[in-house]
Amino acid sequence: MALELRGITKQFPGVLANDDVNLSVAEGETVALLGENGAGKTTLMNILYGLYTPTSGEVLIDGAPLTLNSPGDAIAAGIGMVHQHFMLVPVFTVAENVILGDEPTKRIGWLDKRRARKTVTEISSRYKLQVDPDAVVEDLPVGVQQRVEIIKVLEREARYVVFDEPTSVLTPTEVEGFFRIVEGLKADGKGIIFISHKLGEALEIADRIVIMRRGKTVAEVRPEDVDETQLAELMVGRPVDLVVHREESNPGDVVLAVEGLTVLDDRLQRAVDDVSFTVRSGEIVGIAGVQGNGQTELVETLTGLRPSLGGTVMLGDADITTESPRAIHNRAIAHVPEDRQESGLILPFSVTENIILDSYHQEPISHGVRMDWDAARKRAERLVEEYDVRTPGIDVLVSTLSGGNQQKVIVAREFDRDVTLVIASQPTRGIDVGSIEYIHSRIVEERDQGAAVLIVSSELDEITALSDRILVMFEGRIAGEFDGSASTTEIGLAMLGSQSEEEAS
Amino acid sequence: MNDAPPPDGGWDDQGYPGWFQRVSGVGSSVGQAVLVPALAVLTALIIGAFIIAITDVDTLRIWGSDPGEAFGLTMSGIFDAYKALFVGSVGSPRAISETLYAATPLILAGLAVAVGFQAGLFNIGVNGQMLIGGMAGLWVGFTFSLPMIIHIPLVVIAAIVFGGMWAAIAGFLKARTGAHEVITTIMLNFIALYLIDYLLKSSWFQEPGRNDPISKPANPSAHFPTLGDYRLNIGFVIALGAVWFVWWLMYRSTIGFEFRAVGFNPSGAKYAGMNVAWIYVAVMAVSGALAGIGGANQILGLEPYRGISNFAGTVGFDAIALALLGRSHPVGVLIAGLLFGALRAGGREMQGAAGIPIDLVLVLQALIIVMIAAPELVRAIYRIKTPEEETGTTISTGWGG
Repeated sequence: MALELRGITKQFPGVLANDDVNLSVAEGETVALLGENGAGKTTLMNILYGLYTPTSGEVLIDGAPLTLNSPGDAIAAGIGMVHQHFMLVPVFTVAENVILGDEPTKRIGWLDKRRARKTVTEISSRYKLQVDPDAVVEDLPVGVQQRVEIIKVLEREARYVVFDEPTSVLTPTEVEGFFRIVEGLKADGKGIIFISHKLGEALEIADRIVIMRRGKTVAEVRPEDVDETQLAELMVGRPVDLVVHREESNPGDVVLAVEGLTVLDDRLQRAVDDVSFTVRSGEIVGIAGVQGNGQTELVETLTGLRPSLGGTVMLGDADITTESPRAIHNRAIAHVPEDRQESGLILPFSVTENIILDSYHQEPISHGVRMDWDAARKRAERLVEEYDVRTPGIDVLVSTLSGGNQQKVIVAREFDRDVTLVIASQPTRGIDVGSIEYIHSRIVEERDQGAAVLIVSSELDEITALSDRILVMFEGRIAGEFDGSASTTEIGLAMLGSQSEEEAS
Repeated sequence: MNDAPPPDGGWDDQGYPGWFQRVSGVGSSVGQAVLVPALAVLTALIIGAFIIAITDVDTLRIWGSDPGEAFGLTMSGIFDAYKALFVGSVGSPRAISETLYAATPLILAGLAVAVGFQAGLFNIGVNGQMLIGGMAGLWVGFTFSLPMIIHIPLVVIAAIVFGGMWAAIAGFLKARTGAHEVITTIMLNFIALYLIDYLLKSSWFQEPGRNDPISKPANPSAHFPTLGDYRLNIGFVIALGAVWFVWWLMYRSTIGFEFRAVGFNPSGAKYAGMNVAWIYVAVMAVSGALAGIGGANQILGLEPYRGISNFAGTVGFDAIALALLGRSHPVGVLIAGLLFGALRAGGREMQGAAGIPIDLVLVLQALIIVMIAAPELVRAIYRIKTPEEETGTTISTGWGG
């Protein structure tokens, strides 16, 4: 009893996304599919789900080949998929979402909502999912929304369940809960494919780990035989340093002092509520926290993009609370924004144009209003070389680069001068291991050269790897402060707001 | 799904050009920018041929009895019509003069729309900006009597200032209140339209002894000098200068860099320290200034050198089509303007020599626009790959290098 992908090849114009890939999963087994972004995991899963037709190769269940022309065919064959981005209607209830696309009807087309609710309750209790069928989806936390997706898959009687990067949106506690659900599914005889680029999770949950690189399956290992370093090496194709190497910090003067800062979000709610902290030169301060606890608004205010309601932001002796983004930038603050595609880059611009985004109005890139494209290209060429941006040239659109290289363009632009303060939000989100390694080392380098560094990340591993001091944000407040050697468990608890008051000073 | 290769290849959710950019052509590669409009024009001419065929009632009757004869007549009818179109637009020096003359206001107004598109703004108010700018030019034209070498630049400057200020109102409203420029520019069109009617009947502008809205004539020193007895005049040279200026502004100046950055990604521009609100005002001012010159050309570039009701005609709206066809690039707008000018000039010849109503020209224009506005249609007809399947350098740094 097994699902098998045999010799799958998928050719896109100019790219061989899958090259003779083999993958199988038996019922009651968990297989982790590991690979960097661009390794071809998602293409493979889209083939399995009937979204792409393979150039060659076949999908078999119990040895019989399947014809998959649409997700409907895949569902009928017993294949379910939980996507990274949930496919739920926010204003519908859980029960309504679950039956969407497969609505049970009474005679003359009445929706049988009672039966829908019963199904949800049944599945929920059977797998201990604890989902209320009448809750409206938009009110549910992300972890519960994911369980709604799982119920959808189970309601369609899937025998094989594919999870695409399921933990990327979850808090550490939710991840634990998710793993227990996966074990429950496995015990019930479901075959599970778990797509991830997180090594630790694959080791923890999988019976077998299949590693893809550049469209090929390059290795298949058992978790008990390998460790993270070996897995990373298989994934990247060369030895990788998973540990960020940094000396003891040597903090100097206070560079950034935030005092009583209060900021409203777009819905005029207090997103940042009376926050105070300092960052000294030569140290890295990490702000941990589940996304949406005010980190975004805090960084926007520090960089001049969002007005504050109260409090002050001091850079050295200068009050920069109300300064414009450009004035703040001119004070030698480097800002790596949270969303590189939305604000860090102008995607339809070339690499050159993106590299001069911060300096186009200054000598030598322009003289008065006249742009000097030769100077601009010179700067772009130098930075592409210096920051190891992998691009066919400086005139190609930045949108054609991989996420890691796009991020390097931003880092190159922001770090290419003497910076006194680095503010980096989610600096390595969604990028490959090689680029993560590179960007982390650059950040540490800035610290060693005496810059104050503020890192905001929802990846706890990233925070602990980089930070000399860790602050946890919860519901707009600083919910805890730890030194760099604190355990992830302690910090994880604070991320959920369960830090006791006296420690939260 | 962050590791999907092409067709997502590189163009992720936000990098993939949205409808606005696909239709306006902003940021498309040179190949893409030329291919679709060229095929749109070709397709329009083919469909136009069918229209000529099926509207020829006499020949249609013969199809039943003598298909061979009917086919011959139809083909010669189509041939005659397009030959007349060709001869009337480029067949003689006078035809060329007529083409360039007709193209002049179209190019200026098209540039106005294109500048807006490049910055992500849809300026539908070119008509009103032409009227206001043109009125300012006219006033300078009949109020002063100066040497031509001073008078004409003064007329143009007045048109630039007033057209620019009129458009800047919409920019200011957007920057301050977020009011959408499509709404405000349309409304400003109406205000301009009735404002100039009022002015034309006021003693300030009205020709003494007249009751209808018609102005005093501009002094001869403000008339745009023509090339001999052709209608082609200095306005065309000004339009060429405007093409060069817009190209320089958009691709060679920091101002254009800001315009384009805001057009593609306002939040990215804001993050880069640009003052997005001010840039909206500046974009509209530049756009309106170009429209204003077009308006001055409508009065001082042709007989009787007077202002009348809505002297801008439909130019302000044809300009939108033109900017689309020219893919919002100044050189593209120039080519599209010449093409539309040729259709205008040739259409008259077609009507006279081949008996095809000049309305066919409007139909051809409309067909071109439909196909530009629905690029997928052209791609489907000619089985062209969609842009997201290609990667490459763009025209965003300009065709000149």
